[in-house]
Amino acid sequence: MTALLEMEGINKAFSGVNALVEAHLNVGKGEVHALIGQNGAGKTTLIKILTGVYRRDGGSIVYDGAPSRISSPNDAQRAGIATIYQELNLIPLRSVTENVTMGFEPVRWGSFINWREAHRKTREVLGRFGIEIDVKTPLNSHSTAIQQLVAIARAVSMKSRLVIMDEPTSSLDDREVDILFNVIAGLRDDGVSVLYVSHYLDELFRICDRVSVMRDGHTVNCRSIDGTTKVELIADMLGRDVEEVESAGMTDFSQTGTRSSEHLMEVEGVATANRLRQFNVDVRCGEIVGLGGLLGSGRTEAARALFGVDPLVKGKIRMKGREVSWSSPRHAIAAGVGYLTEDRKSEGIIPDLSLRENLSLAVMSRFSQRGRIRADAERQLVGRFITALDIKASTMDQPIRELSGGNQQKVLLARWLALEPELLILDEPTRGVDVGAKLEIQRIIRNYMNKGIGVILISSEFEELVEGADRIFTLQEGRTTGVLRNPGVTEDALISAIAHFSNREKVQ
Amino acid sequence: MIRNGDANAAGTHPRQLVLRRQTFFRHGGVIALMVLLAFNVAVTPNFLQLQTLFVNISQVSTIAIVAIGMTLVIATAGIDLSVGAVMALSGALAPLIFGSAFGQAYPVAGLILAFALPLLAAAGCGLFNGIIIGGLGLQPIIATLILFISGRGIAQVLTNGNLQTFSNPAFSYLGTGKILGLPFQGWLALLIAGVVYWFVNRTLFGRCILAIGGNERAAMLAGVRIRLVKVGVYVICATLSGIAGLIVVAINSASDAARNGNLMELDAIAAAVVGGALLQGGRAPIIGAVLGAVIIQLVKYTLLANGVEDEVALIAKAAIIVLAVYVQQARKE
Repeated sequence: MTALLEMEGINKAFSGVNALVEAHLNVGKGEVHALIGQNGAGKTTLIKILTGVYRRDGGSIVYDGAPSRISSPNDAQRAGIATIYQELNLIPLRSVTENVTMGFEPVRWGSFINWREAHRKTREVLGRFGIEIDVKTPLNSHSTAIQQLVAIARAVSMKSRLVIMDEPTSSLDDREVDILFNVIAGLRDDGVSVLYVSHYLDELFRICDRVSVMRDGHTVNCRSIDGTTKVELIADMLGRDVEEVESAGMTDFSQTGTRSSEHLMEVEGVATANRLRQFNVDVRCGEIVGLGGLLGSGRTEAARALFGVDPLVKGKIRMKGREVSWSSPRHAIAAGVGYLTEDRKSEGIIPDLSLRENLSLAVMSRFSQRGRIRADAERQLVGRFITALDIKASTMDQPIRELSGGNQQKVLLARWLALEPELLILDEPTRGVDVGAKLEIQRIIRNYMNKGIGVILISSEFEELVEGADRIFTLQEGRTTGVLRNPGVTEDALISAIAHFSNREKVQ
Repeated sequence: MIRNGDANAAGTHPRQLVLRRQTFFRHGGVIALMVLLAFNVAVTPNFLQLQTLFVNISQVSTIAIVAIGMTLVIATAGIDLSVGAVMALSGALAPLIFGSAFGQAYPVAGLILAFALPLLAAAGCGLFNGIIIGGLGLQPIIATLILFISGRGIAQVLTNGNLQTFSNPAFSYLGTGKILGLPFQGWLALLIAGVVYWFVNRTLFGRCILAIGGNERAAMLAGVRIRLVKVGVYVICATLSGIAGLIVVAINSASDAARNGNLMELDAIAAAVVGGALLQGGRAPIIGAVLGAVIIQLVKYTLLANGVEDEVALIAKAAIIVLAVYVQQARKE
């Protein structure tokens, strides 16, 4: 197979922090090549260097047999590289035809767009995807999935030589994924190369020829997909030995059917429209239950379902034995559930409000009389948490945006602790905070466990789960696949549990 | 902790500089007011007369009252274009009520209804806006455009497009009465400012307004009732506009549906912005809104009193808004 693209020894640093270190990538002509890695591994940076969004610090790029002179996304497009990013860059209010043919409109009489030809061409391109829609309707009148496919159709119609897809399937349902894969197979037959970035490992085995794995800015491996197992890919992504991953033991989920009356929350077969398919978990009072899984396994989606953000399409949630259905977070909060979100900036803090106002937000009704906030009670409560959690701020009236990440996180944690919750869902509670704050936050959580609350802990750091949780439920593709019990769980056992089911599914 | 300490130790010198810049921008409104006053004292004839004060107070009150409501709406990252139309509507209703056969027969009940029904109608307009925005999720600028266009139309249909003059001293007290020698509506505006200030800073509802404007997603995830608060804010804004509409009618002893509250949405938005409201929400400076209204009014008066054409005065107003937005941008950084 001759190479279409050879990237060698690529280096890139952002303000002194290395994003890529001697990374390499080799894509053959007519090859479907997968690029995988954890978040922050450098996949996107590598792609953006290829497409001229970023300038590389070092290394060489050979494209189509000659050193690449691509220095802007425009150059990349002209060289036949089409990129479909996760966030669509289409124009929602213009018609499907306009979106597909933009920049390449068929013209007649010099400068007039030949609309009949444009519509025909668009219908033909979309027809290859099995999509039959009115191409004259605005793009945003169609589902996200259709829009995603339109973006891909556009890339295909531009007669590209290399199509880069960054998580193209994240908003597609199974049928649409099949359609996409058919198109990718068609592209391969036409000699077009595809660079495919995805968190869903199963997909790779269906359509890819080779897979490059990245970790911490390095390309750690490039394998042919035949003869590779999912365990090997996971081991590469995490930087572990395959033996280490496979040798560790685990408990199967089906063997843990014990029910006890002291259950705080029981969740059975919950599914949402948002990639959660079959989620089971149960939490007892005074217990930390971990949710483990790779990115895209449905951890955060599970939390959103339990907190009433995403409506359930299937399954049951019981709180203290009574079935509940929460249609908004407000109801979940009233029932004593708190949810520390993963994304502190966009879903946690209210930047211009003070530390005090942020901390008391979820419990304001507790210290107000007929709608009037009792300022002294509020200050007392906030003061108590500032001391208890050792929050560093000049005063409690300081805007929260001025605090450090770790202190912001403590304020948000206090927001939920102040609720005196029965169940606390913590989504990546220590992400983006420094080591000192991280240890403190973990200590605070453990302290509160003594008060008998239940905790669901979501973390992509296996160490945190293994050390923190009493039981760990593993998730994959929106399904609960197993449970591990402490004491005795090791990181390797957890990795193996995540990989175990991946592997078994592969064998099936 | 270590990080904080470092920042303080290293930042002593530049910090003082930043502070001075900030003081300028933070108190830009007050400074602008001082400059305006000084200019008028020096240049405008008869500026230091009591009559000048009365004229300005009676005119600034309506702007201030509407700007206070607008500030609350803007604090939730919304906007209300319908305030002027709502003023016209409530202003048109009042004379119809106390001038009706019922109003003539029972003057006291007629008078009470002449206040209550227009305000109820105004609140209804706010409810309409709030439901479209909070419930259906339409963009505020489009949603309030509906009443911006149709509200004045309804008012004109009610009055057959005629100027309605009347003589009703009790009702006119709203626009011509005096307490301690100062116009009644000035006191009313101050009272409203005080109540709303307390409301924003001391009640659950006020806190929710700021939370929604600051980060709507985070507020929703903390259990804040987004829809309810949004509806409430538009109802308050419309009710305050209704009060302003009644004041204008009372001042003139005449209701002119075509002119009452005309272009008020622009004055109110300008006053709120000059007063320090951020259009992306999260801040509700009530005192600032009053200050902004005073500045807008003083600029109008200054130009008028010095014989500048009305059309040129409009340009000056636009310049003030540009300046205010510039100051805001600088303050954000």
